[in-house]
Amino acid sequence: MDWLASNWRTVIDLALSHLYLAGVPLVVGFVLAIPLGWVAKRWPRSYPSVVTTTGLLYTIPSLALFVVMPLILGTQILDPLNVVVAMSVYTVALLARTVADGLRSVPDHIEQAATAMGYKGIRRLFGVELPLAAPVIAAGLRVAAVSNVSIVSVASLVGASQLGDLLIDGYNRVIWGELLTGILATVALALVLDAVIVFGTRLVTPWLRAGAGA
Amino acid sequence: MIGSILAWFTDPAHWSGEDGVPHRLFQHLWYTGATLLVAALVAIPLGLWIGHTGRARWLVSAANAVRAVPTLGLLLAASLWLGPHLQGDLAYVVPSIGVLAILAVPPLLAGTYAGIEAVDPAARDAAKGVGMSGRQVLWQVEVPNALPLVMSGVRSATLQVVATATIAAYPGLGGLGRFIIDGQAYGEYRTAAAGALLVAALAVALEGLLALVQRRVVSPGLRGAVGGSRNDDDADPAEMDPAAEPVDVRAHA
Amino acid sequence: MKRRTALAAVAVAAALGLTACGGGSDPLASDSPTASAGGGSGSGGAIVVGGANFSESTLLAEIYAGALKAKGIDATTKTNIGAREVYLRALQDNSVQVFPEYTGALALFYDKSYSGTDADEVYAHVKEVLPKDLTVLDKSAAEDNDSINVTKETAQKYSLTKVSDLAKVAGDLTLAAPPEFKQRPQGVPGLEKTYGITFKSFRPLTGQAIIQALANGQADAANIFSTDPAIAANGFVTLEDDKKLFGSQNIVPLVRADRADEVKDALNAVSAKLTTEAIAGMLKQTDIDKKDPKTVAQEFLASNGLG
Repeated sequence: MDWLASNWRTVIDLALSHLYLAGVPLVVGFVLAIPLGWVAKRWPRSYPSVVTTTGLLYTIPSLALFVVMPLILGTQILDPLNVVVAMSVYTVALLARTVADGLRSVPDHIEQAATAMGYKGIRRLFGVELPLAAPVIAAGLRVAAVSNVSIVSVASLVGASQLGDLLIDGYNRVIWGELLTGILATVALALVLDAVIVFGTRLVTPWLRAGAGA
Repeated sequence: MIGSILAWFTDPAHWSGEDGVPHRLFQHLWYTGATLLVAALVAIPLGLWIGHTGRARWLVSAANAVRAVPTLGLLLAASLWLGPHLQGDLAYVVPSIGVLAILAVPPLLAGTYAGIEAVDPAARDAAKGVGMSGRQVLWQVEVPNALPLVMSGVRSATLQVVATATIAAYPGLGGLGRFIIDGQAYGEYRTAAAGALLVAALAVALEGLLALVQRRVVSPGLRGAVGGSRNDDDADPAEMDPAAEPVDVRAHA
Repeated sequence: MKRRTALAAVAVAAALGLTACGGGSDPLASDSPTASAGGGSGSGGAIVVGGANFSESTLLAEIYAGALKAKGIDATTKTNIGAREVYLRALQDNSVQVFPEYTGALALFYDKSYSGTDADEVYAHVKEVLPKDLTVLDKSAAEDNDSINVTKETAQKYSLTKVSDLAKVAGDLTLAAPPEFKQRPQGVPGLEKTYGITFKSFRPLTGQAIIQALANGQADAANIFSTDPAIAANGFVTLEDDKKLFGSQNIVPLVRADRADEVKDALNAVSAKLTTEAIAGMLKQTDIDKKDPKTVAQEFLASNGLG
């Protein structure tokens, strides 16, 4: 605790960078996963290939992806963009399937009703299907958020500053206070992000609460 | 880039000795196997018990919360704490396998529990009706019916362990992660990229192997029956089942 | 479900979807996000002082940055970047502009066959072999070298005092060192070539893990920086580099040539005051007493009239 008392400012700075490096990819990945998931749902034959391809992406070890990113993107080796893009890849990998499964969970008769009401194409996707799939998608988003926060710590090994720095420095100089602070702060950040998603999902799915209250 | 990675693979120097692909691959398999064994010994009995009795379900969500803990931090803390008390290679192997096993428990536990839970109550009642004991119901009805989801848990745990074991190379473990950590330290990105390819290839190979195992151990009567929704003709039943959702969340750090 | 609620949900979700799109694509489109403290790239921006992945480098980066700030120059640090093989790239791609370096290692990095050991000669050679966009400022008297260490027991058991004594026994021993030591000309290949020493196996580790490995028997010999206070604290025996494999390793600021004029005065003043003893004393504070490197750096600057 002594360590935290004299270093809390650093911890906050690192936590903000951590939030950025884990949060931006969450949004980017989610946005990219929507069309992919939609394709997988719209054409059921493509579902296995979408699931397999995104699953394959997830087998690439995070550290390796961080290391080779500058070569692929042509960025500077310390550019945070390397981490953002790599993390977005993981997020898409995780969410494409979730979005597809979520859309598939929308009953056929509701889709038909929406079509009958004049909802078509994109409007039906964003207006009816996605909101109704929100609970399933939110479950996937929560997993992605928590796993992003955990994975981002590894980026300290390629020089991208965030809470992982506390882990590395605490280990290399044997400062338990620093190492434990790093772990706890990361967990706390994951829980906060998780809570935000839970709260956000309640906002976009008011009918679920209305049903529960009745 | 692709050419230089290819050159790395065709260089005979990378195929022999302590630092050669075969030795590192063997180590990686060894760590993965040991980790899964340890995790399965804890998670599968526990999952069977929770699923069968319906008690202590909070354990499943508690185990899922473990995902929020940064793996790198756990690995470093465990190495720092246990390392000085262990002899030789054990100082690196024991903390790493311990931490990786902790990570493998949630998918295994969730898969086993969800598998038992998802067994059709009618089948369970019928089994009781024909006079089966609780133990017989578990082993002759629930377990065979739960196998697709258990296997799905095994598959995601395996993927996770194979990918995450690479990080353990930082606090001194061997395995394929050495190519990535050392390649990064040498500034040789192709070595790191080659390591990543090897890890991905191993993950895919193990996934294929486990899919085959699953096909063998799962009763033919169950194929396609568990998912039960649309389009279950071309996908594996465990992958389609909404109950499999908590199982197939793959996180690695 | 009421139709109106459903429609409201639809509207909210659509709006969210749209904002998510707008907000999400931005960071990728813009060239370099401002998230990291070390965002200053290109001539004219803030000076970013880099540090490698070991304590002394972090400390020196803080000293350099502190000295620059004292002269009114906008400077930040970007520490824990990695090993030389990585951070030199960061200098060349202009992610950082200043880096604490070591003369011998630098000479050998750019001229793999170099074998000079005299401090002034090595320094002169560095200036010759550096790429055009990089340059070194004045070297300091402070030296920090690689050194091969063993425990007292091992030293007694095999009667070891010099590195060359290892030649006959190394076949049974394990060496612990940072991963990059395995490939460096002054690392494992150098030990083989200069001393004819081949260890039974090599254990790649970082930071305190190297010290622990030697203290606990996971390694029989370890490559530790000569200024590391852990050597004395653990009673390790440093073997004399009798064939001068490790050469001269004076601490020197490596800077981008296009920024050299800006930082020259401040950093040369630091080099004039740095001594091996001062470094060792500061490392004891950061590594044994666990003080913040930044604080230790500031104390050093203040007591030397630099901060």
